[in-house]
Amino acid sequence: MKILVCIKQVPDLESRFKINAQGTWFEETDLAWRMNEYDEYAVEQAVLLKEQVGEADITILSVGADRVVETIKKALAMGGDRGVHVRDAHSYEKDPFEIASIIAEYARDKGYDLIFMGMQSQDRGSAQVGVLVGEMLGVSVLTTLVRFECDGQRVRAERELEGGLRAKVSAPIPALVTCQLGLNKPRYPTLPNIMKAKKKEIQTVEVGDLLKANARIETIGMYPPVRKGGGLILEGDVSDLAERLLGILKEKTTVIR
Amino acid sequence: MKALLVGEFRDGKILPATYELLTFAAKLGAETVMFLAGREDMLPHYGGKLYLADVSSVGEFNPDGHKGLISQVVEKEKPDMVVFSHSSYGWDLAPRVGLALGAGILSEVVEVEAGGEFVVPACNAKLRRRLKPKTPVTVVTLQAGAFAAASTMEESPVVEKMGGGSEVKVTFDGYVMAEKAEVDLGKAEVIVSAGRGIGKPENLALVTALAQALGGEFAASRPVVDAGWADHSRQVGTTGQSVAPKLYMACGISGAIQHLAGMKKSDFIVAINTDRDAPIGEIADVLVVADLKQFLPVFTAKVQAG
Repeated sequence: MKILVCIKQVPDLESRFKINAQGTWFEETDLAWRMNEYDEYAVEQAVLLKEQVGEADITILSVGADRVVETIKKALAMGGDRGVHVRDAHSYEKDPFEIASIIAEYARDKGYDLIFMGMQSQDRGSAQVGVLVGEMLGVSVLTTLVRFECDGQRVRAERELEGGLRAKVSAPIPALVTCQLGLNKPRYPTLPNIMKAKKKEIQTVEVGDLLKANARIETIGMYPPVRKGGGLILEGDVSDLAERLLGILKEKTTVIR
Repeated sequence: MKALLVGEFRDGKILPATYELLTFAAKLGAETVMFLAGREDMLPHYGGKLYLADVSSVGEFNPDGHKGLISQVVEKEKPDMVVFSHSSYGWDLAPRVGLALGAGILSEVVEVEAGGEFVVPACNAKLRRRLKPKTPVTVVTLQAGAFAAASTMEESPVVEKMGGGSEVKVTFDGYVMAEKAEVDLGKAEVIVSAGRGIGKPENLALVTALAQALGGEFAASRPVVDAGWADHSRQVGTTGQSVAPKLYMACGISGAIQHLAGMKKSDFIVAINTDRDAPIGEIADVLVVADLKQFLPVFTAKVQAG
């Protein structure tokens, strides 16, 4: 079974973001980078499937600047077999359609039975790339999965809807599935596996060799939202803060007598 | 400007978010038509033209089939824009329709601006992006609640029935309801809720201790539940419970839209966060900028002392 997992490297979202000089994206220096959380579930599900079927080969693909190789290595340490780095220092300037076109161009004719992706990225959250890649390749697309099974012919899954409801869905392979948080328990790479991953091959492909599409969305600008809420901000010594908050709750609510 | 609105029908009902599409279209000043896979005896309160596919034959969730039907309507009506809710139905279907139409796709739109520009959130609502489509037809999904529905009129649509929609790869095999919640958070007057900021499961005790001191319940945001530190029945947000207690205390919760949707109707909201810029500050009545590991024990002791 041939499996592709597409992952994205994203900044730590606890970071303080500064807008770049062009005003279209955030300044990328001084940020800590990690694997998009949703993609950790995608990698884990691919590895679980390999453990189930025995014979499988997992390719980990990521598009981005040279720093994304670190994230590919993490996925290899989780159980991926080989890596593909689509080198692009300007991936943040591309729209979801371009990114999907790049991935589809790479995956076309390679005969993947299953493609796993996160259902969205933590930084952009468009939830488009997975669906677009699957549709471009003409395979079954199942999104937002919180349960996944594959018997080698069909995927049987549950997708998460709103309000605690789930939908049972199924489709024939080849298929692309997008993973929701909670689908499984992503493993931490062990030290021996981190060492083994260092020997796994990571192929570099220049983005120019794969990009044959034009953007359909233009970025005009990026900015922090204007703070609308007139909420009170309390700062200072912890004991003093506790005293002040208690006073406020006694005054404004009926829950403290 | 003409917009095709894609309504949503789930578990035998029209979802209220369908009416948010109308607010958006009105804001754009667009002429509208609507598509719905629904039922003839349960029409939306909408005065325009409705393309209705019979849900008993095309199914409530059938992305390949619905894509084909929507493409048929686009062919006939030639809209400039196709509008979905940014819901589990919309974010699954919109990219499929967008690709089929060669359209630029904008996800989770929160505002429209002059000059055909749209605003979408980024980085967990800490930032916003202003985007503009470069294509003649645009597909958009709207963030839940960003375009609040006006009160619905007693209007009826002009119905045009549709057949087709049988081209299917993904099949829908029924709904499963998550286990019944053992805790009814809806009844609690005080809820103290733990988010990712608690750092490790041991720190949950700080949150439960405060909940107990205040005579309330403890709850959690999604990451805490996904990590297995709290039961799903305690999850507040879009995919958990919606609550509106007299006091909601969000401890180490950054304030993702999915969480806010489940608690923003609370009477009084206190957030405790080390990040002064956390989006939770947008809706909190009080934001205490502090490390919850230091603040909670001190505050709990003061509550207990009265």
